[in-house]
Amino acid sequence: MILSRRQLLRSSGLLAAAIPLSGCKLFDPWLGTGHPVHDTLARANGLTYEVQDWLKGDALAPEFTQSDIRQGMRPNGSLDPQGSDYLLLKAQDFRNYRLQVSGLVDKPLSLSLTDLQSMPSRTQITRHDCVEGWSCIAKWTGTPLSLVLDAAGVKADANFVVFRCFDTLGGGLSGPLPYYESIDMRDARHPQTILAYGMNDAALPVPNGAPLRVRVERQLGYKMAKYISGIELVANFADIGGAGSYWADVGYDWYAGI
Amino acid sequence: MSDAHPLIYRHRLVARLTHWVWAFCLFFLLLSGLNIFNAHPALYIGEQSGFEFDNDILRIGAEQSADGTVTGYTEIFGAKFDTTGVLGVSEERGQLRNRAFPDWATIPSFRSLATARVVHFFFAWIFAAVFLIWLISSLFNGHIRRDILPTPAEIKTVPQSIWDHLRLRLHHDGKNNVLQKLAYAGVLLILFPLIILTGLTMSPSMDAAWPWLLDIFGGRQTARTLHFLAMFLLVLFFVVHIAMVVLAGPINELRSMITGWYRTKSEPQP
Repeated sequence: MILSRRQLLRSSGLLAAAIPLSGCKLFDPWLGTGHPVHDTLARANGLTYEVQDWLKGDALAPEFTQSDIRQGMRPNGSLDPQGSDYLLLKAQDFRNYRLQVSGLVDKPLSLSLTDLQSMPSRTQITRHDCVEGWSCIAKWTGTPLSLVLDAAGVKADANFVVFRCFDTLGGGLSGPLPYYESIDMRDARHPQTILAYGMNDAALPVPNGAPLRVRVERQLGYKMAKYISGIELVANFADIGGAGSYWADVGYDWYAGI
Repeated sequence: MSDAHPLIYRHRLVARLTHWVWAFCLFFLLLSGLNIFNAHPALYIGEQSGFEFDNDILRIGAEQSADGTVTGYTEIFGAKFDTTGVLGVSEERGQLRNRAFPDWATIPSFRSLATARVVHFFFAWIFAAVFLIWLISSLFNGHIRRDILPTPAEIKTVPQSIWDHLRLRLHHDGKNNVLQKLAYAGVLLILFPLIILTGLTMSPSMDAAWPWLLDIFGGRQTARTLHFLAMFLLVLFFVVHIAMVVLAGPINELRSMITGWYRTKSEPQP
């Protein structure tokens, strides 16, 4: 079929006129969370998750050298939580801090910072990539999460590690919401996934998540929950409500490998 | 008449399909990409972003003067320009707002990194998959050798071809001239792979899977800068591409990219 000159002119003219006139507001109504168009596009993240999982296996994230640390670690998100429980712990220099390990484990744990620091540690100089686009290199010291999981004994039906946090974010009608994040068991057992209590050869500062934050070096910064109060093993997100992460609940991808 | 201007079959189905899929994808990739860029409108050289040292080469921002007026600025290699109204500060729903690229240039029009990423990665998958299909089929069916890579003899005619183009003496024999070949080779064999690979280099998981990405592009932030540069060159190509289609006869050109059939014009006899 060959389009007539008139048909072609009319259709291309309409298309060319529509876009600049309405600006890109044209597409806004389809792109809200829950709209079928948005939710179809968002399924590409599932493909990214599967393909990247297959491509990277258990490969390590690149590590850098001392000379690559050229600046302090830029903090983002919550910088100074104001919950009363957190303020009390901070006032006591986190001496009374306990990490609660619960959920699908054989033996729930309650670990002090000293308990964690007496376990074997891992130190790594890595690049932190923020979803906004910037990167910053810093040195992190902490307890491999796999050691904590082994100490608690993970049940066979556990699929995700959920990090519960002291900080809250956002506003809206329901007020600020508690930050939480989750990762799959492969990332949880990855050798570079550590519960960090040290940064750049000093105690982890408050803006960077004191007393304890997680490093998930093959994903973006928002997966690396700060101010961790507890870790919980679950079979699926239905057990905890929500989409598995504070940011996933507001429309970001749960998997942040890209 | 019909003998002097025969119809020829110029574009195969694969070329036509990939052309339109890419055009559609690149439209959404560009505009969602600019929304993503707005989340941190600065470009750097190296592995990381300098907050306590200086390694940025482009920065778009807004600043308020003592009297309260807000101006948008764009700083490239240290040279600062007032770009109020378009870059840095522009009108959104009738109000001046601080945003790097204006609402008419982003998808969605409002600031939403989460939504823009959803749009960007959906179309990135299609764009890259179609590129892979095109590359493999074009290597095998001779499209690259025949229509895209110029021969050494053709390279020698570049000055003549530039002179012809400047005088708008365009040939309509249905074959790509040497400047077309160079432009298409630049887009298809350099910019497309470059924009896909620099995009992957920004992925922390891909940097674990393929650490050589960081080596060839010189770090994640350089890759991000190159990704932006490749986008800019593709936009430049698009402008020239549309101008040439209009100059060469938009109806005939569009028809050939839709149906494959192109009406040639014989050269004027001496």
